[in-house]
Amino acid sequence: MSFRTLLLAGALSCALATPALAHRQWLLPSTSTLASTGEYVTIDAAISNDLFYPDHFAIDPAQVSVWAPDGTSAQIENPAKGRYRGTFDVAVNKAGTWKIGMERSAIMGTFKVDGQEWRVGGRGRPAGGPGMAPGVGMPSGPAPANAANGAGPGSGQPPRMVASVADIPANATDVALTETLSRNFVYVTAGEPTKPALTGKGLEFDPVTHPDSLVQNEDGRFRFLIDGKPAAGVKITVVPGGKKYREAEEAQELTTGADGTVAVKWPVAGWYWLNASAQDTKPSDKRASTRRMAFTTTLEVVAP
Amino acid sequence: MKSSSLTPALPLLATGAVLTLGAATPALAASVTVTIPQVKVAEYHRPYVAGWIEPAAGGDARTVFLWYDVKKRGNEPGTKWLADLRTWWRKGGRGLKLPADGLSGATRAPGTYTIPIPSNLPKGQYVFKIEAARETGGRELVSVPFVVPARGASAAGHTELGAVTIR
Repeated sequence: MSFRTLLLAGALSCALATPALAHRQWLLPSTSTLASTGEYVTIDAAISNDLFYPDHFAIDPAQVSVWAPDGTSAQIENPAKGRYRGTFDVAVNKAGTWKIGMERSAIMGTFKVDGQEWRVGGRGRPAGGPGMAPGVGMPSGPAPANAANGAGPGSGQPPRMVASVADIPANATDVALTETLSRNFVYVTAGEPTKPALTGKGLEFDPVTHPDSLVQNEDGRFRFLIDGKPAAGVKITVVPGGKKYREAEEAQELTTGADGTVAVKWPVAGWYWLNASAQDTKPSDKRASTRRMAFTTTLEVVAP
Repeated sequence: MKSSSLTPALPLLATGAVLTLGAATPALAASVTVTIPQVKVAEYHRPYVAGWIEPAAGGDARTVFLWYDVKKRGNEPGTKWLADLRTWWRKGGRGLKLPADGLSGATRAPGTYTIPIPSNLPKGQYVFKIEAARETGGRELVSVPFVVPARGASAAGHTELGAVTIR
C-alpha cells in the first residue's frame, strides 16, 4: 500500500478552500456486519457539517481503495457521484474484516524567492486558463505571466503558487512546509472479525475493541499509533449521527492516554463518526518541518 | 411554559384588574428583548434566529423577525439553512417570501437585542416563540406566553438563547 498523493483538485480543493473547519468527511456503510460472504455493502461518501446528512459536497468514489481481509486489494462497484454524495458498492466475498476508504498525503506551505512569497500546493486555485495545469507558473519563469497566478479576487492569498515540493527552486529561502497525512477508513465484517494489517507509518487506528463488535453499554477501547508506536495525547472527537433529531451536537472530545488508548462511551446505539488528529515534527520529507495527521472512521454501535 | 413569569412590578391580581378595566388607557408599545449568548467553541458561526407569535389557543403564526445570512448567494445561498429553524419553518416560515420587509435581517453577534412587537395584535393570549440554530452548534426553542395588552413575561434558553423578555 502506498500513499497516493492526490492533487488537491475537484471536491477536496473546494472543501479545503472553504474556511469552515467542521466540514466533515465521512463514509457511511449500509451495515458494518454481514452474515455471509455472498453479500454487498453499499457505502455513501460525502463532506458535510452535520452527520450523516449529505448536504454539502460529494466525495468521488474514485478515491476509494478496498482491502479484503487477506490484505489483497479489491474493487469498488457501481460508483456514482451525485450532487451531494458519492456512493459505491463492495462485494464482500471473503470472510473477515474489510478495510474500505482512502488516504492521502500532501505537503503544503510557503517559500520565498527574491523576497516574494510563493505557496506550495493546497488551498486556492491557480488563476490560469483552462489549458493550464494546476500550479503552472514557475518562480524562475518570466515574472509577468505569474504575477496574477492564484490570486483570487480579494482572497488575500499569496499570488504565487507551485504544485508540489519538487517545483521549489534551489534558490528558495524561508521554506516553511507542513506535511499532512489523512486517512478515512471504515471496517465491514463478514462472519468472524479479523484484524486489518497496520503499516507502521503515520497515525493509525489499532482498535482494542473490534470496530465491528461495539455495543452501546460497553466502552469502546481504541489504541492509536504513530509510526507504529502507541501515541499519547491524540485528540479524539466522537460525534453521533442523527443530529437533526437532537438539540445539540453531543460531540465527545477525548485524548489518548500514555498507552495510546482511549475509552469511548456510547450514549445511544447508532452510527458514530470518530476523528483522531495529531501533530509532530517528523515529516517524511526533509524540507517539511511539521507533520499533521488525521484518522477518521465511522462506527456502528448496536443496542445491547 | 413554567419558566414564564409575570413582571414583579405589580401584584398579579391588581395587574389583571387594572388592565382589564383600564381598556381606554393607550397601550404602550410592547417589545421583546432577546439575548444571544456567547458560546465558547473553536468554530463559531452566528445563529439563525426566528421570532414569531402564535395565539395561545392555536392558530396562524406571525413572524416578527428573522435573522439569517441574507447576503450569501451562489451554490449554497443563505436561505439553504432556514429549514434548520425547524419549528419556525413548519409554522409558516416555508410560506414566507424572503427577504421580507421589516422581518428579515442579517445574523447578529452575541448580545442583547430589542425588537418591537406588532402593535395591531388583537387583545388576547399569545405565545412568543424564538428559535435559534447555529452552524456546527445546537438548536433551541424558547416559548414565552404573554397577553395583549402586554404585561411583562420572560423565559430563558440554556444553550443557544439567553433571556427572552417581553415588556
